Amino acid sequence: MAEYPTPTTEQEFAANFAQIKPLMSNTEALYESSRCLFCFDAPCIKACPSGIDIPQFIRQINTGNATGAAKTIYEANYFGNACGKVCPTEVLCEGACVYNLNEQKPIEIGRLQSHATRKVIDSGHKLFGPGPANGRKVAVIGAGPAGISAACELRALGYEVDVFEAREQPSGLTLYGVAPYKITNAETLAEMDYLEQQFGYRVHYNRRINSREELQALEEAYDAIFLGIGLGATNALLLPGEERQNCVGAVEFIEQLRMAHQHVAVGKKVIVLGGGNTAMDAASESSRLGAEDVILAYRRGKDEMGAYEFEYDLAKSVGVKGLFNVAPVEIVGNGKVEGVKFIRTATRDGQVQIVPGSEFVEPCDMVIKATGQAKQTGFLHLIPGLQLDGKGRIVADARTGQTSNPKYFASGDALNGGAEVVNAAAEAKQTARGMHAFLTENGLSS
Amino acid sequence: MPDLSINFAGIKSPNPFWLASAPPTNSGYQVMKAFDAGWGGAVWKTLGVPVVNVSSRYGGVNYRDKRLVGFNNIELISDRPLADNLREIEEVKKFFPNNAVIASLMVQSRQEWHDIVRDVTNAGADGIELNFGCPHGMCERGMGSAVGQEPEVLKTIVEWVMEVARIPVIVKLTPNISDITEPARAARAGGADAISLINTIQSIVGVDLDKFAPYPIVDGKGTNGGYCGPAVKPIALNMVKNCAQDPDVRLPISGIGGIENWRDAVEHILLGASSVQVCTAAMHFGFGIIREMTAGLEQYMTEKGFNTIYDFVGKALPNVKHWEDLNLKYQVKAHINEDKCIGCQLCYTACEDGAHQAIGLQEGTRTPVIIEDNCVGCNLCSLVCPVEQCITMERRDDGTEHRTWKERTKANDIPVTFNDDRAGGLHHWVPEPAAALGKERHKTLPGKARALGSPQEVIAPKASDVLSAS
Ligand SMILES: Cc1cc2nc3c(=O)[nH]c(=O)nc-3n(C[C@H](O)[C@H](O)[C@H](O)COP(=O)(O)OP(=O)(O)OC[C@H]3O[C@@H](n4cnc5c(N)ncnc54)[C@H](O)[C@@H]3O)c2cc1C
Ligand SMILES: Cc1cc2nc3c(=O)[nH]c(=O)nc-3n(C[C@H](O)[C@H](O)[C@H](O)COP(=O)(O)O)c2cc1C
Ligand code: SF4
Ligand code: SF4
Ligand code: SF4
Repeated sequence: MAEYPTPTTEQEFAANFAQIKPLMSNTEALYESSRCLFCFDAPCIKACPSGIDIPQFIRQINTGNATGAAKTIYEANYFGNACGKVCPTEVLCEGACVYNLNEQKPIEIGRLQSHATRKVIDSGHKLFGPGPANGRKVAVIGAGPAGISAACELRALGYEVDVFEAREQPSGLTLYGVAPYKITNAETLAEMDYLEQQFGYRVHYNRRINSREELQALEEAYDAIFLGIGLGATNALLLPGEERQNCVGAVEFIEQLRMAHQHVAVGKKVIVLGGGNTAMDAASESSRLGAEDVILAYRRGKDEMGAYEFEYDLAKSVGVKGLFNVAPVEIVGNGKVEGVKFIRTATRDGQVQIVPGSEFVEPCDMVIKATGQAKQTGFLHLIPGLQLDGKGRIVADARTGQTSNPKYFASGDALNGGAEVVNAAAEAKQTARGMHAFLTENGLSS
Repeated sequence: MPDLSINFAGIKSPNPFWLASAPPTNSGYQVMKAFDAGWGGAVWKTLGVPVVNVSSRYGGVNYRDKRLVGFNNIELISDRPLADNLREIEEVKKFFPNNAVIASLMVQSRQEWHDIVRDVTNAGADGIELNFGCPHGMCERGMGSAVGQEPEVLKTIVEWVMEVARIPVIVKLTPNISDITEPARAARAGGADAISLINTIQSIVGVDLDKFAPYPIVDGKGTNGGYCGPAVKPIALNMVKNCAQDPDVRLPISGIGGIENWRDAVEHILLGASSVQVCTAAMHFGFGIIREMTAGLEQYMTEKGFNTIYDFVGKALPNVKHWEDLNLKYQVKAHINEDKCIGCQLCYTACEDGAHQAIGLQEGTRTPVIIEDNCVGCNLCSLVCPVEQCITMERRDDGTEHRTWKERTKANDIPVTFNDDRAGGLHHWVPEPAAALGKERHKTLPGKARALGSPQEVIAPKASDVLSAS
């Protein structure tokens, strides 16, 4: 029996993918904000990568000043609403809340944050605007958390900003990657509209920049270029049978899911390959789409998975089963996927070793590869002098985000190799100021 | 099983818990329901002259998410016909002969007082309470607190009442006066059998920030009301104590003000009350709260070995002294129980900014340390600490010495100049004023500082870094 019935309507989809951090009512926000101790030099602030003044905004909610609360949040993080919903708060702010040390429930910081920001978004109350024009122009490549955050901050600093985005809609993986039970498309896009209306940057959709000529044109027309391109497609497994029908990449599967909801087909029995957070998401999502059995297969032991514990717990709670210490050798089937041939593994001295002769086939009708995202090295090589590290990440100054090509600056997944929305938003804000410092020092003018 | 019953100035009641004269005692229906639930007595909603009430009558004070820590009203005395009330008093007494029904009264002329005292006595009331307290509406007509604030007038009216009274008379005092013992003494001088206190305190509970009017708002306007509820208990306790300790009062006291549970009641009793009255708590939670009150009181009495209420009426009074009688040799210092500390650092900021800079922060831990030399033993840190028994105040003197201000004055051992070695704060260390500058700015505004500061800021940590760091 499947944990969830296969959704056929938007309502059924919404029920299966019910928000795990639903919107707080005013009353709930009052009660929850009342619990906050307003710690001195609060540890929750330090644990927030964007350094939001959490006790300040909670106190503002508590005194009936949700607008002020939203301002406090947005001053530190332009993705304030999305972050409240999608951040792994268990290991960030809420994980640092002092209540944990008293074995009490930590303050629900994320939900309070989304409560306050949602209020200003819904009211359309403007909190920010572009700074006085300084005559300089910046091109931003990628309208994900990094690109949009940089655009906002640059506009606040008086720059003219053009954002070039390959896809149809903004916010990058917040819209195309994050699990639907964390944030809805409508919520994501409402924040994007809210920001765009206030800051007035221009986004050019369906504009993938992918040639030297295009880059050249940008280099000539703009004073600096911000790279917020994120990562690429799912890494190939390089296994026989990988091309079979119903063997898909997790990022691609999730993108479809975010766009087409219940119209995405899932197998009856799904095997998800991988042990990271994306694997947990893909497994949960398969189950919520109505798969009868979902197996999470990982090369090492349960405790060695890269995923956060709470993400694995969430997957388990919707019926996902773990299969550990197995390595895939072949995707078997006849045209379509019919199973995965595994070999058992053992970890010795930190090394994964196969156990000879232990092959077996686990039948299934769908395989989701959650084996990491490739770096966009092909594109990055088009930028002269741009240095990448051994893992394909852009090398940049930690303070300013400036790359080895001084005209280019970078933030987000493309720089950090893949983190969270909050990291991209925080880094980009920082980098925007790094760009400003650089352009101001150099006395450039248009 | 302890005996909860009382005989209050001749009024018998199965327990000391009475409903105060207020909306919960507005009708026979409510009083019967309350007795049915277990209340010992009820002071009927004040009867008197015909009145008219406004619509929109109450205002509340909320503290964060806690509702009605304070409550105020601009209501007047009973607006129901006297005849109806008298008939219902009679009916209640028929059903509940052993419960106390006290009629609260407020009229003007001597004749009116005589008439109404006879009326309620004939209706079967066990006692009378004279309402000299209402701080709004009635005082403008020369009644209520207008009487309570004039000891001479109060005494005269009590005398009028005593001319005809055949049942015990309680005088209810207003707290809107600088020395509560003055009207209490006047009540005794007039011949009253007991006093009850406090009535409500003149107040404005809040102002509407958009309508620019005080709560409760009546068609855009408001007026001062009477304050009660949990927030007024400390004021009531002090006034009860003042009356109980005054050698010229010596009357049974019915304690009123902020009583919501058995603890509040016991506090009133320990300071001299021998019956207690409740209004706001019953208006907030209904009559059912009586179960917790009697259960708690019974358990307390059992644990303490008290057989009757009178075993502990006024038991705390000998320990309530004037400041000059306190032992100046007694010395406590704050102590942090590190195992319990959760690192909120509220004690640090409280002592640093609000007390004596006697708590420091340490590298590598969020648990603060007490700097004993600077600690004056004020208790502040232990009061702000959110963890039970985490900061305790430990005695540091050996308990052998005892010296009060009074004794020092007698012995001519008091400081006369600030440079006198016997002066209090003389050798107390305080930091240089300029050491305050910039000390904690970076800690109070991190989000903003990052948004507005220079690009020299450190780059934000990744979730994984934060994890491994913690
Ligand atoms: C499956 C999955 C689940 C996740 N879940 C969470 C979560 O729950 N919580 C969380 O905080 N984080 C989550 N993340 C991570 C988070 O989404 C990313 O860290 C974050 O979106 C990175 O932002 P970015 O702007 O750097 O990149 P992206 O979000 O990837 O945005 C890059 C943008 O650039 C565009 N682009 C790329 N190349 C070009 C080009 N050449 N020309 C023009 N445009 C281009 C892309 O179309 C995209 O819109 C998840 C990631 C994945 C893959
Ligand atoms: C709405 C309201 C009406 C009141 N009416 C009277 C009254 O008619 N007569 C009276 O003596 N006291 C009246 N009081 C005062 C209460 O009897 C009591 O003295 C006061 O509320 C303090 O007790 P508490 O803190 O338990 O509420 C009234 C109080 C309230 C809240
Ligand atoms: S750590 Fe928890 S209690 Fe303290 S300020 Fe932050 S959210 Fe509030
Ligand atoms: S008792 Fe007072 S002075 Fe002593 S540490 Fe606590 S707050 Fe500071
Ligand atoms: S107030 Fe209590 S819990 Fe908080 S830091 Fe001080 S001792 Fe620790």
